[in-house]
Amino acid sequence: MVETATPTDTLIEVEDLTIRYGEHLSLAIPEMSVRRHEIFGIIGPAGSGRTSFLKAINRMDLFDSKMDVQGSIRFQGRDVKNWRNVYSLRRRIGVVFPLPVGLPLTVYDNVALAPRLAGVSKKSRLDEIVERCLQRAALWDEVKDRLSSLGSLLSGGQQQRLTIARGLSQEPDLLMLDEFSIAVDPVTTMRIEDVLKELKNELTIILVTNLVQQARRLADRTAFFLNGACVEIGDTDAIFAGEVQDSRTNDYILGRFG
Amino acid sequence: MSESLFATTALDERNRKVERLYRRVFLTMTLLLILPVFLILTVLISRGASAWSLSFLFTSPENGMTAGGVFPALLGTIFLVAAALLFSVPLGIAAAIYLSEYASDNWLTRLINLAIINLAGVPSIVHALFGVGAFVLFFRFGTSILAASLTLAIMTLPVVIVSTRESLQAVPRAFREASWSMGATRWQTIRHIVLPNAVSGILTGVILEVSRTAGETAPIMFTGAAFFLPFLPQSVYDQTMALSLHLFVISTQVPGVPEDLPYGVALLLIAIVLAMNSLSIAFRMYLRSHKKW
Repeated sequence: MVETATPTDTLIEVEDLTIRYGEHLSLAIPEMSVRRHEIFGIIGPAGSGRTSFLKAINRMDLFDSKMDVQGSIRFQGRDVKNWRNVYSLRRRIGVVFPLPVGLPLTVYDNVALAPRLAGVSKKSRLDEIVERCLQRAALWDEVKDRLSSLGSLLSGGQQQRLTIARGLSQEPDLLMLDEFSIAVDPVTTMRIEDVLKELKNELTIILVTNLVQQARRLADRTAFFLNGACVEIGDTDAIFAGEVQDSRTNDYILGRFG
Repeated sequence: MSESLFATTALDERNRKVERLYRRVFLTMTLLLILPVFLILTVLISRGASAWSLSFLFTSPENGMTAGGVFPALLGTIFLVAAALLFSVPLGIAAAIYLSEYASDNWLTRLINLAIINLAGVPSIVHALFGVGAFVLFFRFGTSILAASLTLAIMTLPVVIVSTRESLQAVPRAFREASWSMGATRWQTIRHIVLPNAVSGILTGVILEVSRTAGETAPIMFTGAAFFLPFLPQSVYDQTMALSLHLFVISTQVPGVPEDLPYGVALLLIAIVLAMNSLSIAFRMYLRSHKKW
């Protein structure tokens, strides 16, 4: 299934991107693209600029006065800095954070928040969204009888699936997961991974992970970030078969450093 | 080998003695601290409780304030505090929300924060004179409930701002980021995520402010509180009596006051403050038992 990327196949195009915090250069990417309906894995040691990259995509840099983003990131063909408004851009992009963030609202309200903010107020419509999103996040069966209990009191693994359900409630085109399994037990991790494989049919996923094997299991293509540079991008199979441009990629995958 | 492992050394022995000493020093300090509170309460209750009765609470002073009740003063204090809250709470919370949620960390923000801290340190008599200059004379409110409560409001504003800001900052940033990343604006995030989780702390701060405001004398004595009034105030432009000033007056200015009367008034003031504080503690405990994260 190797296709040549045409513009419509591309969800994100990055050009001459640099991200700085004050004087410190956090990330520089000359060129990169993410295709629609792929799981795009990003691996690399901590501090390699992966989280900064995600923040630049949905313009969370606006909340961090020290963060300076230069160059262009085009999302659906338009520079994220020129979107109609930043809120509509963020609604197109669901985010799952490293530590589960169950908002101190009920399970129901956690998932219904984004639709409500977007103007959905009909109860039946909200019910439908909540059920569908919780089901797609493989959480529905566990919480369907306690939708009105607090989301922040669920277990860590449940909360992480709740944040995925919440991310899906925006009906996004892109789901960005930043080391989602860091505080989740292995069984739940595998369940979430199955969920992600299913979701690939409907949306695009960027998966930042510390677990090289997780990228291998899930990602169609994988990028290797190191010290603020994108050292390698390629088909996951090829990279794990040792077909790499840069020998450091191989060393990292084989666990020689990082 | 094992013998020496379990034996008490001289160093252990000394550490234990020092430990015991420090524990006792700190305990003594703490007990010394609560001693005055107990003494005040004991004196007030033993000498003032006999003045308390229904007519003490609900009638006016009589015979040149040497007899009768404190109703106008009690009512006046309630009016003053309520009016002061009406000004300071919305203003203070708005300012705290701006400082905590919107302002970026630059020289202006730091200047504002510095000003707030300094405002909190201004002596109450200075606030009183400011109130005379600004509200009584410049705005021509005269000595009135309006002028007095505005003065009280200005004085308590920094407390409201600081306690509200602390409560807002106690809400984890991760909650905000999760909300922002869903396309929520700053205001939507504040409205749906931050405020509902900060409200307990904010209310606690407000209640503590009430208890402080109720006892203030200096800021109101030149701006709106009267020595004695035969009538209850009819509007915010009237003067009013107030418990704190009434206590000062009958303790020092009026001859022939029976001994239990000032003690009774003092006890009433303390009772109001304690009641408000207990309310705040109970409220905090209730909310803590419903803690959401």
